[in-house]
Amino acid sequence: MQKIWKYRFYYYLALPGLIYFIIFHYVPMAGALIAFKDISPFDGLQGFFDAPWVGLKHFERFTSSVYFYDVIENTLIISGLKILFGFPAPIIFALLLNEVLRMSLKRVMQTISYLPHFISWVVTAGMITALLATSGGLITETINDFTGSSINFLGNKDYFVGILVTSHVWKTIGWSSIIYLAAMSSIDPALYESARIDGANRLQMAWHITLPSIMFVIVIMFLLEIGNLLEAGFEQILLLYSPSVYKVADIIDTFVYREGLLALKYSFAAAVGLFKAVIAFFLLYTANRLANRLGQTGLW
Amino acid sequence: MKSQYKTEIFYNYIIVGVLLILTLSFLLPFIVVLSTSLISEAEWAERGGHVLYPKKISFVAYDILFGKSYVLFNAYQVTFLRVTLGTFCNLLFTTTLAYALAQRDLPYRIPLTFFVFFTMVFNGGLIPQFLLVDFLNLRNTIFALFVPTLINGWYFLIMRNFFMNIPKDLIDAAIIDGASPVRILISVVLPLSMPVMATIGLFYAVYHWNEWFYASIYITEGNLKPMQIILRGLLNQATMEGMENISFMEQPPPGASLRAALIIFSTVPILIVYPFIQRYFVKGIMIGGVKG
Repeated sequence: MQKIWKYRFYYYLALPGLIYFIIFHYVPMAGALIAFKDISPFDGLQGFFDAPWVGLKHFERFTSSVYFYDVIENTLIISGLKILFGFPAPIIFALLLNEVLRMSLKRVMQTISYLPHFISWVVTAGMITALLATSGGLITETINDFTGSSINFLGNKDYFVGILVTSHVWKTIGWSSIIYLAAMSSIDPALYESARIDGANRLQMAWHITLPSIMFVIVIMFLLEIGNLLEAGFEQILLLYSPSVYKVADIIDTFVYREGLLALKYSFAAAVGLFKAVIAFFLLYTANRLANRLGQTGLW
Repeated sequence: MKSQYKTEIFYNYIIVGVLLILTLSFLLPFIVVLSTSLISEAEWAERGGHVLYPKKISFVAYDILFGKSYVLFNAYQVTFLRVTLGTFCNLLFTTTLAYALAQRDLPYRIPLTFFVFFTMVFNGGLIPQFLLVDFLNLRNTIFALFVPTLINGWYFLIMRNFFMNIPKDLIDAAIIDGASPVRILISVVLPLSMPVMATIGLFYAVYHWNEWFYASIYITEGNLKPMQIILRGLLNQATMEGMENISFMEQPPPGASLRAALIIFSTVPILIVYPFIQRYFVKGIMIGGVKG
């Protein structure tokens, strides 16, 4: 008790931040209980407490609805494809940059590669829409010149996921490469020198020295990706999709948004959100445990 | 030996070539948008979308944006307010909490840190968050734009790690000199923490500049709509009639060109600033990545 009194200054410092976490994080967790109730959007705060408990009704409605498999499948497919292409891309990019001998050139290319990271999804979506516009879009018109047919890329189920994955890679590749380049910069140059004396070429050195040296970082980053498997890119999809591609583009988050905030089915949407949060929690927890077991520190 | 030298050169060309193509692909969308924003209706119609560079530069689209738009000016102001006020509060609250929980022998330090950490792996979901902001009557106020995201868990951990790695000797020396905890924080710790403060501050600032979704659900009426909301609204319109009546102009810019100008107009500040601030960001990633 005396010790706590001695440290009172630090508790005062921590208090505002802790109150923030209680109000804006722990209260919503308790609020997720509306998933087990039937609340009406027009009853206000009192209605929240008065609403009848309905058990797992909303969860059952979700799992038995026609959307269930689509939404889960889309989330996993989009997220999985983003990992498949978006995870190795920055590693390869970093390996290539690492081979550039002229420092100034390397720095310029690095800086340019960060550019997409600093642009909002609203602007990115605006540029994608402009480039792929059915009439007047640079990409669409160029393809039209060769094939004579104009494709409505953003409204076509066959192309939409590809556009999501491509724009995701475009936006993240440069920025994600930073951590790998940082790991590469701490590799002992003596390793390369002795390899060179043994007659290894650059490709062999990249394969046998650079890659193994950053393996730990690669594994940690991969686990982090797996932990976030259910984050398929909410804002990106919300800005780009349309009813004609819902079948392939609707993910858990967009479904929650439409059911909850547009259709005002608060309890149902909260149930779907809670369903996701629980699975995400186990994914993150497992990923962190694995990372811990691999050595040194976990993800946090 | 000579052939090995040749393959080396060959390697260099291949690698630099691939990287140059990649680098160009990062820039290409911006070049196309910039060019589109600089042409007139006549040229647009004539070239039918094949616009990599403008043949004849026309500033009509920008004239409209600059000259007549109260909406855009106001949106810029809101975004500016959001970035400054939001970043300031974010930094203030993140720093105080991180510094307190960085005290190695603070009682209950571990459970308190876990209390924050747990919110990073589990959350109540979008709907309860939205209802909370609604119940607190924060909707359509400036507070809705930064209070619900006051402290970011990652940035808190980065800062806490930074504070924990400040050499203890420095603190001990100040204690021996009779400095109070407030004094130590202000005269010893904060001056040492400027790099991490700058980094985290910039992380928050860029977030506030670019954030769209929460603003779109919390700010639905009134004149507090930030840039990204207005931008989204205008980009989504097929024509821009809602903004300006352009039909009376002699050479109206095409909708595409006006939209492109809008993108450039809202992106230029960050395009100018980012090359200078990116090294702080890179530093931040390193601090976060190389955990203490």
